[in-house]
Amino acid sequence: MKTFPKGGVHPPENKKASGSAIEVLPLPKSVRIHLSQHLGAPAEPIVAKGDMVKAGQLIAKSTGFISANIHSPVSGIVQKIEPAPDSSGYKRPAIFIDVQGDEWMETIDRSPNLIKFPDLNSEEIITRIGRMGIVGLGGATFPSHVKITVPKGKKAEILIINGVECEPYLTSDHRLMLEKGEEILVGTQLLMKALRVNKAVIGIESNKPDAISHLSTLCARYPDIRVETLQVKYPQGGEKQLIKAITGREVPSGRLPIDVGAVVHNVGTAFAVYEAITKNKPLFERIVTVTGKSMERTANYLVRIGTPVTELIEATGGMPEDTGKVINGGPMMGQALPLLDVPVTKGTSGIVLMPVTESNRRTTMNCIRCSRCNSVCAMGLEPYFLMSLGEAKRWDDMEQARVMDCMECGSCSYTCPSGRPLLDYIRLGKNSVNRLIRSRSK
Amino acid sequence: MNTVVITIISLSVIGSLSGFILFLIARKFKVFEDPRIDDVEAVLPGANCGGCGYPGCRGFAENCVKAESLDALFCPVGGNDGMVKIAEALGKVAVTKDPTVAVIRCSGSPDHRTRTTRYDSAATCEIASGLFSGDTACSYGCLGLGDCVVVCTFDAIHMNPVTLLPEVIDEKCTSCGACVKACPKTIVELRKKSKKDRKIFVSCVNQDKGAAAKKACSVACIACKVCVKTCEFDAITIENFLAYIDPVKCTLCRKCVSVCPTDSILEINFPPRKVAEVETVVSEIQAN
Amino acid sequence: MSATNLLTISYSPHQFGSESVQKIMYRVLIAMVPAFAVSLIFFGLGALAVTSIAVVSCMSFEYLINRFMFKAGSTLWNGSAAVTGVLLAFNVPSNLPVWMIIIGSLVAIGIAKMSFGGLGKNPFNPALVGRVFLLISFPVQMTSWPKAIESRFAYLDAATGATPLAILKEGIKNGQPLSDLMKEVPGYAQMFLGNMGGSLGEISALALIIGGLYLILKKVITWHIPGSILATVVMFTGILWMIDPGKYADPLFHLLAGGIMLGAIFMATDMVTSPMTPVGQIIFGAGIGLITCLIRIFGSYPEGVSFAILIMNAFVPLIDKYVKPKRFGEELKNG
Repeated sequence: MKTFPKGGVHPPENKKASGSAIEVLPLPKSVRIHLSQHLGAPAEPIVAKGDMVKAGQLIAKSTGFISANIHSPVSGIVQKIEPAPDSSGYKRPAIFIDVQGDEWMETIDRSPNLIKFPDLNSEEIITRIGRMGIVGLGGATFPSHVKITVPKGKKAEILIINGVECEPYLTSDHRLMLEKGEEILVGTQLLMKALRVNKAVIGIESNKPDAISHLSTLCARYPDIRVETLQVKYPQGGEKQLIKAITGREVPSGRLPIDVGAVVHNVGTAFAVYEAITKNKPLFERIVTVTGKSMERTANYLVRIGTPVTELIEATGGMPEDTGKVINGGPMMGQALPLLDVPVTKGTSGIVLMPVTESNRRTTMNCIRCSRCNSVCAMGLEPYFLMSLGEAKRWDDMEQARVMDCMECGSCSYTCPSGRPLLDYIRLGKNSVNRLIRSRSK
Repeated sequence: MNTVVITIISLSVIGSLSGFILFLIARKFKVFEDPRIDDVEAVLPGANCGGCGYPGCRGFAENCVKAESLDALFCPVGGNDGMVKIAEALGKVAVTKDPTVAVIRCSGSPDHRTRTTRYDSAATCEIASGLFSGDTACSYGCLGLGDCVVVCTFDAIHMNPVTLLPEVIDEKCTSCGACVKACPKTIVELRKKSKKDRKIFVSCVNQDKGAAAKKACSVACIACKVCVKTCEFDAITIENFLAYIDPVKCTLCRKCVSVCPTDSILEINFPPRKVAEVETVVSEIQAN
Repeated sequence: MSATNLLTISYSPHQFGSESVQKIMYRVLIAMVPAFAVSLIFFGLGALAVTSIAVVSCMSFEYLINRFMFKAGSTLWNGSAAVTGVLLAFNVPSNLPVWMIIIGSLVAIGIAKMSFGGLGKNPFNPALVGRVFLLISFPVQMTSWPKAIESRFAYLDAATGATPLAILKEGIKNGQPLSDLMKEVPGYAQMFLGNMGGSLGEISALALIIGGLYLILKKVITWHIPGSILATVVMFTGILWMIDPGKYADPLFHLLAGGIMLGAIFMATDMVTSPMTPVGQIIFGAGIGLITCLIRIFGSYPEGVSFAILIMNAFVPLIDKYVKPKRFGEELKNG
C-alpha cells in the first residue's frame, strides 16, 4: 500500500458517522452568507435589501482572479447586508436572506437522472466552473477554476482526486463516494477534460474498504480513472503528501503541484463540478458531518450554505450536556467555534462536538528535546526550533527555517509529550513572515 | 636558582611579546568612533527600550550625532530634560514634547463583560487575536493575556487579578510606546500627562453600534453623543460609534464623566467629588 | 449555557496523542529494572542502599529547589528526578558512603539540571555530571569496586577488587603481557551476565540490552545512538586488535567491560542532551565511541564513557545547528 514516506501520525479515527446515509436537512428560517467564504478576495454583493432571490441565483460576484461567485442557497427576501460575526467572532460582511418556499432557478436540472457525457470543451468547462462558484471542498476553499487553469508553459499530466479524508471523525467524503460514486467519476472526467489530461487517480485510505470497492467496480467503465488504496496515515490528505504518495513526485518547496504536473481535487469538488456542468447547479449546498463522542445520533447532512450551525446540532439530537468544544471541521485542522449561530460555509466539512474532558489543552511543560515533532513533521521541518524562534519573535530566522512550508496539519502539537503549543507559535510565525514578505515586495 | 631565572625571563618575554602583538592588532583594527556618541550615551537613560525607534540607546546616540538637527529624534524616557542635555552635549537645539503616559482604554472587567468562551491556547494576546475576537461578546476589548505587561521594560504595567485588565503605574511609565505596539487590539494609548497625573479619557474602543456594544459590555461607549453635547471645549468627537477625547483640548472639567450613561469615561487621580457638586452638574445638564 | 460550561476556544489540533513526559520517564525506569535486578544479585545490600539513597535524595533536591527557589509547581512526579537518581546510582560503586551519594545527587540535580532551568534545559547529562564530580573529588572511593557476589551482604565494608578495565590498564602500564592479564579478568560469558567488578548498574550487558530493546520497542529511543557508539567502539578497537593482538584487547572485551553498554543505552540516549536528527545522533554516537576508546587505550583513566558523553553533550547544539532533517521538496529534480 502506498503512502508518503516521512512523518505522519495516526490519531484515533472515531469515524462514527460513516454508516449514516446522507440526509437532506430541512430548510432553515433564514440564512446568512458571508461574502468571504473562499480563499482570496471577498465577493461583492449584487443584490440589495428587499430583493427577491431564488435558490441558485447569483448574489455576490467574484472580485478578482482568485475569488469566487456566491449564489443564493435558498429562495426568499434579502433582509439586510451588514457585518456579522463569522466563525472567528470578528465581524465580516454578510448577506442575510429570509427563506420563503423553495423555488430554484429554472435553469437548474433537478432530476436525479445521470447525465454522462456533456459536449463541452476545456475552456467552456473552466468558465462554467468559475461561474458556478465552485471552491475546493476539502476545507481550504481555494477557487477551483484557478486550480484547473494550467499556467502557460506548464503541463498537467495527472489528476488526483482526494478521497483520503484523513481527518478523524469526518465522514462526508466517505458517504459521498458511496452514494454518488458515478457522479464523482463523471465529475472527474470533466476535470480531466478541462485539464487535458488522460489519467486520473482517486486516492482512498484503506480504512474505507466499501468506498474503495464501490469506486473500483464503477471505474471498470471508466478506463482512464483508477482507484489507489493508501495506507492510513495523517496528513495524507495534504496536497503535497498525496501527490508524493501516489506519483512519488515531490512538489518543491514554495512551488505548486502543477510544477510536477499534478492537480489535486477533492471528491466533493468533483461532485460539485458534475452538478455544475451537467445540471447547471451552482455550489450552494454541501455535505456536512455532524458527530461527536457523546452524541447519541450522528449524521451526514446535505446542507444549504448559510444554515446556522445550531440547526445542524438541533437536528442531530441537540448538544450533549458534556460538550466542551464545537469544531468547524475535523479535530486536527478544524476551527473551534466561539459562537454557534454562525453559518455553514463552503468550507465546512463537519461539525464535531468534543466532550469537556477532551476539550482542554494539556499542561505545557519544558521541551525535553525528544525529537518526536521532528519525526512526525511530514514537511521535514523542526517544529521545536520554529517554536523557540517564534517565542523570541525572530521572524527572519523563521523564514530561513522554511516556516512557510508548514501546512498546519498539527501533527507536531498532537504528538508532543510535553503538551507544547508548537503550532500556535508556528502559525504566529507564518503570519508574521507573510507580513514581512509583503512589506518587502512593496 | 637557575629555574627561577629562566622562568622569569621566559614569562617576561612571552608577556611583552603578546603585549606587542595586541598593540599592533589594536592599531591595525582601530575603528574611529565619534567621541560625542559616548557623551550622548552617557546622558541617555540606558534602558535600551527602543521607544525612540532606534536599536538601543547606542543606536539613538549615533543618530543624534549624525543628524543635522534633533527635530526628528526624541527619547521618551529621558523626556525634555534628557533631550536638553543631549542638545547641550552636541551644541544643537532640542525639540520639546508634552510628556505622555500610557492609558488602557478598556474597562471590561468580568463584572461588566461576561465571558462567552474560554480561551485555551498559547497565552499571548498576539496569538489569541489571530484565532478569534476574544472570550467575550466584545470583539474590540482587552484579551487580558498581558502582552503589554511582558514587553514593558520598566515594570510599569501589571495585570489586575480581579478585573483581568492591565493597569499602568504612572510614576514608572516612561511612555516608550512598547505596549502600544504590542497590543493587537490597539487599546493602549499614549496621552498627554497632566498636573498630578490627572486623566480623563474614554475607556473603550468598541466600534459597534450602541445596542450591540451595550449588550457586549455594560461600560462600553454607546456613541450616545451626550458627552459631545456637554463638552464646552469641542474636545470630544465621535467616529465609528466611538467617542474620543482630544487630550490637548480637554481641560479636565469632568463634566463628560458625570453625564456618561455607561460610565465609560474615566477620571483618574482626581479628588473625590462632593455629592452636591455631582447633582448640580447633572441638574444643569438636564436643564439644558 | 451556564457560566461554568463555556465553550473552549483553541487553535487546532483539538486532539492529542497519549504520549507524555511522565510515560517516557516511567518507561525508562521500567527499562532499568533488569539491570537493577542483576545488581541486586551481584552486589545485594549495597546496590539497594545506594540506589534508594540516590533516588530519594535526587527527588528531594528537585522538590526543594522547585518549591523554594523556583517557587513553581512540583515536577516531582514526572519521574525525571527518579531517572537521574537511578542513573547516578548505576554509575557509582555499590559501597559509596551515603554522604557522597547525597553530594552527587545535589550536583546532579542542583547544578547540572535545575541551575539551567530544570528538565529539558540542561546541556549535560545530570547523572553523569554528578558522577564525574564524585570521581574527581573522591577518586579513591569512586574507584574501589566491591567484588561481585562475595560482597552481597555488605555495604560500606564490602571487599573490593579491580574492574577488568582497571586490571588491563594497570597491567599494561607495568609491562605485563596482555595474554597474562586476560587470564585475570572474568570470562566473557561471566562478563556478559555481569559477574565482574564495576559500577552497580553497568555490569550486566545482557540486562542492559534487554532494557535497551524495551526502550526501542516502546519508541523511547531509536537505535541510532547506541548503534553508532557500539559500532565505533568495535571498529576502533577491532583495527588496533588486528594490528597487534598481543598489545590491544579484542573488541568483544571492550564491549562487555566497563560502562559502555550502560552509557550507550541509557546515558547517551538521554533525549535532552542528545541531537534531534538521526544523522546528528549517529555523529554524536560515533564521537562518544571514539573518545571512549581513546581514553581507555591511550588515556590515564581506565574508563572514559562518562567523559566521552559529557564532551559530546557539549557538541549537541553545534550538531543540531548544522545537521538538519531532510526537507520535503528539497531537491528540484523529481523522479
